[in-house]
Amino acid sequence: MVRYIGQRISIAVVTVFLILLLLFLMLELMPGTPFNDERLTDQQRDVIMEKYGLDRPILERFFKYMQLMLKGDFGISYTLNKNMPVSFMLGQRVGVTMSLGLQAVLLGLAIGMVLGIISALKHGTWLDSAMSMIAVAGVSVPSYVFALFSLYVFAFLLRWFPIRYNPSAPGLSGVLPVISLSMFTIATVARFLRSEMLEVLGSEYILLSRAKGLRESAVISRHGIRNSLIPVVTVVGPLVVNLMTGSLVVEKIFAIPGLGGLFVQAITVNDYNVVIAISFIYSVMFVLVMLAVDILYSVIDPRIRLSKGGPA
Amino acid sequence: MESKRVLSIRDLEISFKTTDALVRAIRGVRLDLFQGETLAIVGESGSGKSVSVKAIMGILSSNGSIDAGKILYTDPETGEEFSIVDMSQREIRSKISGQRIAMIFQDPMTSLDPTMTIGKQIMEGMRYHYQVPVQEARRKAQELLELVGIDNSAKRMKQYPNQLSGGMRQRVVIAIALACDPQILICDEPTTALDVTVQSKILELIQSIQKEKNLSVIYITHDLGVVAKVADYVAVMYAGRIIEKGSVEEVFYDPRHPYTWGLLSSIPDLNLEEEELYSIPGNPINLALPFQGDPFAPRNRYALNIDFEQEPPLFSAGGKHRVASWLMDPRSPKVERPASLERRLKEMREEIGRNE
Ligand SMILES: Nc1ncnc2c1ncn2[C@@H]1O[C@H](COP(=O)(O)OP(=O)(O)OP(=O)(O)O)[C@@H](O)[C@H]1O
Ligand SMILES: [Mg+2]
Repeated sequence: MVRYIGQRISIAVVTVFLILLLLFLMLELMPGTPFNDERLTDQQRDVIMEKYGLDRPILERFFKYMQLMLKGDFGISYTLNKNMPVSFMLGQRVGVTMSLGLQAVLLGLAIGMVLGIISALKHGTWLDSAMSMIAVAGVSVPSYVFALFSLYVFAFLLRWFPIRYNPSAPGLSGVLPVISLSMFTIATVARFLRSEMLEVLGSEYILLSRAKGLRESAVISRHGIRNSLIPVVTVVGPLVVNLMTGSLVVEKIFAIPGLGGLFVQAITVNDYNVVIAISFIYSVMFVLVMLAVDILYSVIDPRIRLSKGGPA
Repeated sequence: MESKRVLSIRDLEISFKTTDALVRAIRGVRLDLFQGETLAIVGESGSGKSVSVKAIMGILSSNGSIDAGKILYTDPETGEEFSIVDMSQREIRSKISGQRIAMIFQDPMTSLDPTMTIGKQIMEGMRYHYQVPVQEARRKAQELLELVGIDNSAKRMKQYPNQLSGGMRQRVVIAIALACDPQILICDEPTTALDVTVQSKILELIQSIQKEKNLSVIYITHDLGVVAKVADYVAVMYAGRIIEKGSVEEVFYDPRHPYTWGLLSSIPDLNLEEEELYSIPGNPINLALPFQGDPFAPRNRYALNIDFEQEPPLFSAGGKHRVASWLMDPRSPKVERPASLERRLKEMREEIGRNE
């Protein structure tokens, strides 16, 4: 078990390293530089490039960057906020994005689970059909459509919520963004859990626990839910990816001062260090989530925890 | 001394609602089970064996309903009577299933919860129904594990099902069934999914526990060879009906129904290896579709004209022996059993004789 977790962690570290390398290469291939101002002559540009060390070979730059990054220094912004340290620019924004994302994941998981369990228990009734329809909509409609729609209805027409996100009062103004972001999670978890649960409820060990004389509610809470929840852990990874990409646009719509909005801006003006830092943060978050999912799954499922071929 | 009747089923009718039809799965079943004795129910797949016993346990699927008949359970110790048909599913489970009547299922690979330890699964029933304190429940579960032939019980208690072989898991399922000291043990094809070598061991285990605890056993199987070994009474089912029943001696000395002949002929004979295995021609009828006469008639070489018009009643063949076949009617022509079957019967009687 410990060996397995160690293995997973080292894989995660290598992954992060490779991602960083790839980001460097990709930016290199991107057209243009941060200094595309038409008033600059070629010579002036060369001077600036030299000043920031951008004339050095890519590998050298990469290792230098790594060194500084490990100390928490992500370099400075070239264009957006000239010479401001990137770590300072990202500081509060990371918190905003993470907190909204976390709320959306938790809300999505909670509501998705409840809906999934209810549909499975009410399998074949109108309630089940209604929930299936909601779930299909939730999976197929992108989060920014929800965002625009809810913004229009609940903020603009009904005026229940403010239109803009307010970082100093994140409670009320965060409701619509969090719900828009969590729609996909709700729908995916509900659908997945419903089918897992139906399979579990048809299994022989459920029949056996009924034959033990357990009340139906006890059968479901002790054996049904537990067994169908375990595999849900496996869909959390893809959900987080969806949430990250969704947040890019949703942040823009609600004018949320998070990473997403900054990311889009930075790309349009080739602000290398900002782009790399944000991509890197996203990647690390994703790798961490996957790592947590893997470890969690192997801890909660005794079949994996104890199987001979698997992690021992 | 006449032993006490613990279970009596009368004219039971069960149907299932499916999207396109009503499946009449059980059509007038009548059975008795006595204390300490074994009743075997045999029949091809789909004949209604499992459905009959699930009704007793209150675990019919939600689309099934008991349309008519009685299921009467009498507690052999207190004499208390329960009319199971009149009880709600909830009531059956809180008073009968797991406590007075326990059940073992066919596939031990899937009948244990994969995410719960063996120990917890054995203790669950006692803790749930009788609030047995953990320490005591643990001790009893360990005793049960030893009773069903699993050593190292303290360690096994903490293991999960996937750490055990199929035979071991079936032993655990038996331990679970015995946890609340039931009076009736229903075994629904308990060895079908196991290796041949393990099959006879599980069978012997069930028999020895039955003797030790004076249990009444309902043993479902499609293997008449097993019946000769374990049962006191046999009921042969076809299309939701019992078409022949009686004591093992009666049915094996003098089987009367051509369907029973077919089942008996299809038991693999270990002495004659080269012979091709007999099987009853055709397939069981679909109970979702309407039919006329005896549902076995289309597959019956000995079918009479009346078989296609009217379903036969249960005729008495003396003693407890009952047969639902028009061949039993005094007006019917006399029909001899095939000679090859007679040879097989002789061997099987010897088998029964050995077990007496
Ligand atoms: N939930 C259900 N819905 C519809 N039909 C059902 C249902 N359960 C059982 N049946 C029908 O009832 C009949 C008897 O089924 P049952 O499970 O008792 O057969 P069986 O004799 O136990 O067969 P096997 O040897 O395969 O276990 C079958 O025709 C089956 O199709
Ligand atoms: Mg069955």
